[in-house]
Amino acid sequence: MNSAWPWVALALLGAYHGLNPAMGWLFALALGLQERRSSALLGALWPIALGHAATIAIAVLLLRFVQHFLPLHTLKWPVAAIIFVLGLYRLGRASHPRGSGMRVGARDLFLWSFLMASAHGAGLMLIPILISHPALGMSHAMAGAFRLGLGVILFSTLVHTAAMMVVASVLALVFFQLYDRIGLQVLRHAWLNFDLLWACALLIAAIAVAIG
Amino acid sequence: MLLKADPTFYPSPKLAAQAPPEKLAYVAALNATGSARPDELAVVNIDAQSRTYGGIVGRVEMPHAGDELHHFGWNACSSALCPYAPHPHVERRYLIVPGLRSSRIHVLDTKPHPEKPKIVKVIEPQSVHQRTGYSRPHTVHCGPDGIYLSALGSPSGDGPGGIFALDHDNFEPLGRWEVERGPQHFGYDFAWHLGYDIVVTSEWGTPNMVENGVNPELLLAGKYGHSLHIWDLRKRRHLQALDLGSEQQMVLELRPAHDPTKAYGFVGVVTSLKDLSSSIWLWHKTTATSDGTFEIKKVIEIPAEAADPAQLPPLLQGFKAVPPLLTDINLSLDDCFLYASCWGTGEMRQYEVSDPFHPKLVGSVHIGGIVRHGPHPARPNQPLNGGPQMVELSRDGQRVFFTNSLYAAWDRQFYPEGIGGWMVKLDVAPQGGIQFDSKFFVEFGELRPHQVRLQGGDASSDFYCYP
Repeated sequence: MNSAWPWVALALLGAYHGLNPAMGWLFALALGLQERRSSALLGALWPIALGHAATIAIAVLLLRFVQHFLPLHTLKWPVAAIIFVLGLYRLGRASHPRGSGMRVGARDLFLWSFLMASAHGAGLMLIPILISHPALGMSHAMAGAFRLGLGVILFSTLVHTAAMMVVASVLALVFFQLYDRIGLQVLRHAWLNFDLLWACALLIAAIAVAIG
Repeated sequence: MLLKADPTFYPSPKLAAQAPPEKLAYVAALNATGSARPDELAVVNIDAQSRTYGGIVGRVEMPHAGDELHHFGWNACSSALCPYAPHPHVERRYLIVPGLRSSRIHVLDTKPHPEKPKIVKVIEPQSVHQRTGYSRPHTVHCGPDGIYLSALGSPSGDGPGGIFALDHDNFEPLGRWEVERGPQHFGYDFAWHLGYDIVVTSEWGTPNMVENGVNPELLLAGKYGHSLHIWDLRKRRHLQALDLGSEQQMVLELRPAHDPTKAYGFVGVVTSLKDLSSSIWLWHKTTATSDGTFEIKKVIEIPAEAADPAQLPPLLQGFKAVPPLLTDINLSLDDCFLYASCWGTGEMRQYEVSDPFHPKLVGSVHIGGIVRHGPHPARPNQPLNGGPQMVELSRDGQRVFFTNSLYAAWDRQFYPEGIGGWMVKLDVAPQGGIQFDSKFFVEFGELRPHQVRLQGGDASSDFYCYP
């Protein structure tokens, strides 16, 4: 139980990203609706998934790299600071990538998803979970000398992205199938300010890291 | 910043058409008397249940005289729900109100008192000139990633006209939009096909060609704008020019299909040099080839009407006819009904355009007009001048509002006696057909009303990313 919770947390974060209309499912749905073809929708999902995964993988790899120079108990301070600053910034201004559109190929979608997730701090948010839990595949967990195994990097990226894409795909496909009946009325009533929630989550995570 | 999406944003035109009836209209009103009185933004009550229905319930004076308020628009609209640049938690709250002559841009806050908007920011002309290289801002649209304005020309009053953007958050001018403008020189209106990443722009003339009135020499030589331009929205590059022929003078209002999966739209042409007729053209994506080019075709022609020269202003006496002077068109959210303002003949026409290639005339009312001077049912004995001009529709398509002034320097040439400002409303029958609401006749006195925007959005304010 104790060793499973980081993975659960990673998956839940992924599911949360999947739920956020700004992170991909709505884009895939719109592209499907534009052409009235479910294949256009499905074709858009995988580059969006890869873009998101790239953000996560880069964050975890960075963490692994920085570990070479900084012991865990020192590392938590810069991590907390970076996450805190990003949280503050996101509170003030919700930005999104520019220059995208509705006539996009796989490369555009990959880049869009990567930028969207990176600007969001999707990868950064994983770091507190990883460093707070040396149990994560760190077989020789000794104070100040822990190391992320390649397996952990791959697995954490996979768990997070898979959770995100399951939620995103289900949402996109359900709305595609039911579009003529229910449309997207739900966006008007249920599109919560995910950016604001996320900014708060970043701030809380930063504090948790600092005092943890 | 809102916790839930702004309730006036609708993902699709279909859903927007189910919006509740609007309660207020904002109307740009121009002081053309030459006095030091500034132009104003008037607030008109359009709530039929209200005691002050059809009355002006608020007025906001601009800080300076001589702006020539003309077109204006919202800071944000339904395009904020577009999937690639979502920002649904900004508010539709600010009206961006440019002075077409002064190049001064006013930002008005409609909250917390929608009937008493407040000027919260003024962008001075120098700032627009320096940052964008443009002047004479015209159309305002809220785009998926910013506020866009078209401009008629450069600060010197020559071309080229073009498009510039304002920052979402602080409304500062951001610079010119075009990366590569190709042969485009004249500016006027612009519109998007968001589903295709396409921008369409139209042509009037440079400020120097229009600010002292229509120049008959230039007009008869076919020198005013007669083309449409198609652009790549993402790359900001010119793709294609669609020339209607130089006898088609002044290609103005652009009304693209609201359904983002459809790549067609209507544009009005003020006059033909051949016979003074006005026309409406349909631009559409070519289906024969897959290279994404557009074609254009005339689908409506409105003839000039023979008239006694004694009843005509000097500019028209030689022609012995009153031209329709089609100066605005508007398309209902369901893409089914097209309205055409004939400012010269004093007629508002309604066409059924569900087959855009074959419009059917299904409704017509007369009011004002250079020769006709038609009255309103509220005042059957009072001849009116000016004619149907800027036309706006409610989102459900059941109510049509229009005003009677065009542009001060041109008003003078076609209605030399001066224009008494008015705004009227039509009720639309479900299957087509229009008639005046006899309870709605707003008199503006010496002020001249131009564009109308409805609270919460109307048929030309919002662009959509979902069918």
